[in-house]
Amino acid sequence: MLGDKDRIFTNLYGYQPWNLSSARMRGDWDNTAQLMQLGQDTIIDRIKASGLRGRGGAGFPTGTKWSFMPKEPSPTRPNFLVINADESEPGSCKDREIIRHDPHKLIEGALIAGFAMRARAAYIYIRGEYIREAETLFAAVAEAYDAGLIGRNASGSGYDFDVFVHRGAGAYICGEETAMLESLEGKKGQPRLKPPFPAGAGLYGCPTTVNNVESIAVAPTILRRGPEWFSSFGRENNKGTKLFQISGHVEKPCVVEEAMSIPFRELIEKHCGGIRGGWDNLLAVIPGGSSVPLVPAAEIMDVPMDFDGLRAVGSGLGTAAVIVMDKSTDIVRAIARLSYFYKHESCGQCTPCREGTGWMWRVMERLRTGDADISEIDTLQQLTKQVEGHTICALGDAAAWPIQGLIRHFRPEIERRIHEKQGSGLGAMQEAAE
Amino acid sequence: MPKVKVDGIEVEVPQGATVLQACEAAGKEIPRFCYHERLSIAGNCRMCLVEVKPGPPKPQASCALPAAEGQEVRTDSAMVKAAREGVMEFLLINHPLDCPICDQGGECDLQDQSLAYGRSHSRYTENKRAVTEKYMGPIIKTVMTRCIQCTRCVRFGEEVAGVEDIGAIYRGEDMQITTYLEKAFKSELSGNAVDLCPVGALTHKPVAFEYRPWELRKNLSIDVMDAVGTNIRADSRGRQVMRVLPRINEDVNEEWAHDKTRYHVDGLVRRRLDRPFVRKDGKLVPVSWDEAFDAIAAVAKGAGSSVAAIAGDLLDCETMFAAKSLVKAMGSDLIESRQTGMSYDVSSLGAVAFNPTIAGVEDADAILLIGTNLRWEAPLINTRVRKAIKKGAKVFAIGPEMDLTYKVEWLGNDLGVLGTLPESLAQAFDGAKRPLAIVGPGALAKGHGAALAFAKSANLVRTLEDGTAWNGFGVIHTAAARMGALMLGFAQKGGIGDIFRAAPKLTFFLGADEADFAMFANSFKVFIGHHGDKGAHHADVILPSATYAEKPGTYVNLEGRVQRADRAVFPLGDAREDWTILRALSEKLGHTLTFDSFEELRAAMAAEVPALGTEGLAGYSWDAPALAPDAEGPIAYPIQDFYLTNAICRASPTMQRCSAELLHGEDYAEAAE
Repeated sequence: MLGDKDRIFTNLYGYQPWNLSSARMRGDWDNTAQLMQLGQDTIIDRIKASGLRGRGGAGFPTGTKWSFMPKEPSPTRPNFLVINADESEPGSCKDREIIRHDPHKLIEGALIAGFAMRARAAYIYIRGEYIREAETLFAAVAEAYDAGLIGRNASGSGYDFDVFVHRGAGAYICGEETAMLESLEGKKGQPRLKPPFPAGAGLYGCPTTVNNVESIAVAPTILRRGPEWFSSFGRENNKGTKLFQISGHVEKPCVVEEAMSIPFRELIEKHCGGIRGGWDNLLAVIPGGSSVPLVPAAEIMDVPMDFDGLRAVGSGLGTAAVIVMDKSTDIVRAIARLSYFYKHESCGQCTPCREGTGWMWRVMERLRTGDADISEIDTLQQLTKQVEGHTICALGDAAAWPIQGLIRHFRPEIERRIHEKQGSGLGAMQEAAE
Repeated sequence: MPKVKVDGIEVEVPQGATVLQACEAAGKEIPRFCYHERLSIAGNCRMCLVEVKPGPPKPQASCALPAAEGQEVRTDSAMVKAAREGVMEFLLINHPLDCPICDQGGECDLQDQSLAYGRSHSRYTENKRAVTEKYMGPIIKTVMTRCIQCTRCVRFGEEVAGVEDIGAIYRGEDMQITTYLEKAFKSELSGNAVDLCPVGALTHKPVAFEYRPWELRKNLSIDVMDAVGTNIRADSRGRQVMRVLPRINEDVNEEWAHDKTRYHVDGLVRRRLDRPFVRKDGKLVPVSWDEAFDAIAAVAKGAGSSVAAIAGDLLDCETMFAAKSLVKAMGSDLIESRQTGMSYDVSSLGAVAFNPTIAGVEDADAILLIGTNLRWEAPLINTRVRKAIKKGAKVFAIGPEMDLTYKVEWLGNDLGVLGTLPESLAQAFDGAKRPLAIVGPGALAKGHGAALAFAKSANLVRTLEDGTAWNGFGVIHTAAARMGALMLGFAQKGGIGDIFRAAPKLTFFLGADEADFAMFANSFKVFIGHHGDKGAHHADVILPSATYAEKPGTYVNLEGRVQRADRAVFPLGDAREDWTILRALSEKLGHTLTFDSFEELRAAMAAEVPALGTEGLAGYSWDAPALAPDAEGPIAYPIQDFYLTNAICRASPTMQRCSAELLHGEDYAEAAE
């Protein structure tokens, strides 16, 4: 279990105020200029050495991502850092906690990361529904400006760096990095085609890196305590600490910072007071937010909670939003509800997702009530395959995977409903006899 | 030049080409809906998926993927087949099965591609989506349930037409294409969006349910609605032209045509002159051809050589040549084509032609518009200016300010500005490699000399670094017949003024409807034309002739490009082809013309003006006349109403409606329901 001394987010639960003076007491903004004196390449090397992988879901190595940015940006095409705070994945709530209670970690991280990638400014794109959080963030940025920590000669480092906060309007798709850039530019939030990748042509056509809030917020601490410290947690290739967000049928749902690769059972026992009704009552877990396939109870128990461990059981770490479902759950209905979410949030740009999400949802609804034919389960499986990998962005995949997970693990349950609805052979005969 | 292997065939493609282009180079057909050569890449229909190695283990959208050295592309693998079938199935689940009543039927990309790449049946059993129709103006009929959200129309509006009226609202499966606040798509080029639509969501409103594409005979022709010389296909059924579509000609119209070109066709069968008339006791009375000819002959006897001919705007060169020959045979050389009274120096045709060529406009890097409303005078040159701007050109303009669909630095509305050009313009033109000045009809009469002086001072005619010649002096004409007429000598020094000062006793008006007929009050007016418009009203004798669609002909566009059109249909009623009328009349007047067939006429014309004998650029020499270099006075654009510039459009209900609705703001929205 991660000791308190090793926690990065020491005010995760808001026991202390979020403001600058309190943040300073917790060690934020402590001689940031000195960190920056390490030099851009050293910072990137240390982040690489720490083994930090992107916390937004895809798990791309953060240092490597930063190193893609042009080393000598032209004055007419500056580099930009865009911080993705459009946390809309069902189950995810870690960025919210960071912004609510520790916004200065994020702002300091923005300065350091922006400096490392030679960015002119950072744009924090915050989810529209995060109203109080946005207010906090606006206030925190203003505090930082007033204290000279960002802006001209940020923190006395001689580097000019601006931080802008931009509020979204409540579209899930704007959490996709290129759709976020479109939205920032004032356009309809629809993902762009790649290539070109944002590091080549991103915001306003300039080189841009899009990072998750958590990836940015942990950067200053990694530099202060050293990459070795950070990489001392977790398994090879899955280093560091991570905010886990456990929701659903556990005794005490919570957001908690834990070392990567902690076994599922340990995570639940230590921080959540166990599964509601005991471990035998566990049905399935969606370990990484709504868009990863579910894992049935038997398989998840001892899996290390990290990128590779969850991939091995056919799922993924995603944002580490662990959705726990016990046996009281109507699992088909749960996945049907997720299908509705993706149908509702599809941007409508490309064909498979636009047409497929609606179709899949409608079939799921009928599977839920049993008003379907057995053969439709296979049709649905094929449909998910027709959507997966054929779309511009990953929303199509995200809509397909939960259904694939359901069919893979709970096909008997779906079939049972259909049989029940159609009436067992006996029941039908009895009715006919009357 | 990357080398790419497509299904085992190695092809070399230019740098920056896409995988789709590489596949086409290898002779492989790639199905597509959203991709269009002349629009930006959207990559949203996902129909063009192919398998590419190296790359992720999933199919890639070939329209958006750059071709790279050593790529191996499969267009025939099981993965690609499954991907196409999948996308096609998705496209069809919400597409109505109304092909039998859809105007796109028979020329529908969705029909064709579902046959070629789709599955034979649908597995979709849910209800289909229905979308309400959107109002898009008098040209575009919408059936939005058929829309497959390819966004071609949106991109066309934004990128080519420059009018951001069309867009998508809502998201996911509720996404709908609509116009802003459901107002009309206000562009002269709106009809092209219908052509671009791969399904039947946007169809031609004026001809809804009128024809099936397979009933039509396709006839190659040249547009006469403006002087650009758009290459068109006049599709006819029986004796009527049902529709006009643009043909691809990269040098002239690319693949666009403006709405007047497309939708004037209902004017071809309305208000037509279908029999000869002679004015008796102040009233026009229908007569036989012989009677009409006798009436003319009686006057001609007394007129002697006091004869003139005025050429209209829509004429082919052959008609004008025949008229010129007749007038000459009668002993006169009073011929003029600038019927509205404009006069300018025509001693050098190069000084009144569009020298940079239409395609050349794209390469210009500094552009000065002098008294030209390009959007109405030559919409398809306006699109080229937009392309030049995209490449970085800067545009200045002198004239009344208006929305040209791009950013223009307006310098004022007085020709005097040409003498006192601002510093910003001088800077732009000094640094320009291919400077361009476009002189419109609003400035040509008064400002020709000043414009030529600017051409000289700004060194618009130059040899480029690579040794090729660049002539950045372009004149916009609005009449399809103008350049041909000038080549045939249909111009007096003082314009039409010289004609009525000579007071001809007999005047032939060849489809000339815009002339000031009051000045010819004492002349016997013979109108040879096809529409009962202003010219026919004032005529003493009317000889019914053929429209451009009803006769073969040679046309010269404003660049000096000689183009030939075929006959699409036969003339209406008793109307005859113009040259046969003149040939028959000449015999009656005792001045028999020497040609007995159209071929002989063409040969005689080519003998006199060799450039008219071969298709292609006539190649005028640049020999700018010395004219007074200063000018002043306000500029007025001559076109008052884009949709009603000639007798054919004025007879067309569609054009009248466009004018009323788009220019005069009458509300037809309710009638659309």
